[in-house]
Amino acid sequence: MSSFLRSYLTVVWFGLAAVAIAGLLLWVASIVRPNRPNREKMLTYESGVDPVGHGWSQSQVRYYIFALLFVVFDVEAVFIFPWATQLERYGMFGLVEMGVFVFILLLGLIYAWRKGVLRWV
Amino acid sequence: MSALLAEVPYWGQSLLRVLGGIVAVLLPAGTIVYIFLFKMMSFMQSRLGPMEAGPYGSMQLFAEVGKWLQKEDIVPERADARIFKMAPVIVLLSTFLLVAVVPFGPDAWFTDFETGIFYALAVSSISVLGILIAGWSSANKYSLLGGLRAAGQLIAYELPMVLAVVGVVIQAETMNLQKIVVAQNSGSMFGIDTFGHPYVISQFIGFVIFMIAIQAELTQAPFDMPIAESELVSGYMTEYSGFRFLIFFIGEFATAGVFAMIASVLFLGGWGVPFSWFGWTSIDSIDNWMNVVGPLIMFTKMMLLVFIIMWIRFSYPRLREDQLQRFAWKGLIPVALLNIAVTSILKVVF
Repeated sequence: MSSFLRSYLTVVWFGLAAVAIAGLLLWVASIVRPNRPNREKMLTYESGVDPVGHGWSQSQVRYYIFALLFVVFDVEAVFIFPWATQLERYGMFGLVEMGVFVFILLLGLIYAWRKGVLRWV
Repeated sequence: MSALLAEVPYWGQSLLRVLGGIVAVLLPAGTIVYIFLFKMMSFMQSRLGPMEAGPYGSMQLFAEVGKWLQKEDIVPERADARIFKMAPVIVLLSTFLLVAVVPFGPDAWFTDFETGIFYALAVSSISVLGILIAGWSSANKYSLLGGLRAAGQLIAYELPMVLAVVGVVIQAETMNLQKIVVAQNSGSMFGIDTFGHPYVISQFIGFVIFMIAIQAELTQAPFDMPIAESELVSGYMTEYSGFRFLIFFIGEFATAGVFAMIASVLFLGGWGVPFSWFGWTSIDSIDNWMNVVGPLIMFTKMMLLVFIIMWIRFSYPRLREDQLQRFAWKGLIPVALLNIAVTSILKVVF
């Protein structure tokens, strides 16, 4: 197996270790802890007041525009990273190319800003 | 492959790495909680903090874990039980995946990805999933609001963090964390190589943006709108009790430690000392004792950065939700883009 794949295998072991540690501690806790459920205790906690209506109430999702902008800029970052490692080799050509790319995205941000969607209302 | 472990079979290496990873997650978390959360916060508020368990309360952590083990594990009737139980584990999982990429010495590393920092930024956002499903599955209005706020905040501050890292990548010309450490310690500033070239000096704006962004990613005080105790009764953690709550808690402070380690790798030179001190020329000529001293240097730098994070946490009042979003989108992101532009122009011109 190549060392590249072995590195990813190590990541898998780390993930399993996290789950194993959490599982082990929760298992120990399940032996030690008491378990006396009652109706009042199992009620949803809303600062001592009996909950009204359903917990999954409708709430206004204010940031779907933010989520869209996030996707745009995150994809931008994916393109910037490989470019950043090779900047010395690309020289002026790479600089101008990336300048144009970032400028177009920046225009998008300025447009969103001017439109007033960057306000959390 | 590291020379030290060459004779150990693969399963042995993996076992050592996993044990090292567990230490690298839990030891900083425990130290941070005791020194900063118990002691420093108390001193800043003119009280002594825990004093009973052990000398100066140093055994308090073990007492706490013993206490949490005995707490009843309450799953609310209306909650989506299976996902509810899973959420804290996902937060801890994100921390473990994150620590896998941090180098601690010339041979003391867990994984050696060419795209190390990219991987770190990717797995650090897994914890958002854990927080979001914790908020959703609790079936509690406060939790839901807290979870949604957390998601909005974490995606807003992820961008300045990513963009601040680009400046470092431009300077180091690599995404491999080990090579970034070497580049800083073997570099020179204005022809003087006594101090190496830690990027905190040439990328100071990037460093400040990165620290602000990790403060927000960790939902520490000026940015703790998602868990605002006084209005949301701890947000997405409201319904959690007993050991599941403690896993969230460990995850929070372990992530603080790991983020501080990544920040010290990117900006403070990580495990290394300037190579000119001992006449090293490349990573292969480094003496073996650096594998022991390296983690200690790393730990010191991590504590220094976490100290700054905690200091700000205990000193500043909470930002309102709209101020918080405005700060990220209208303040940090344009400055981070400007930082990339200036860095790349300087890099090409000189």
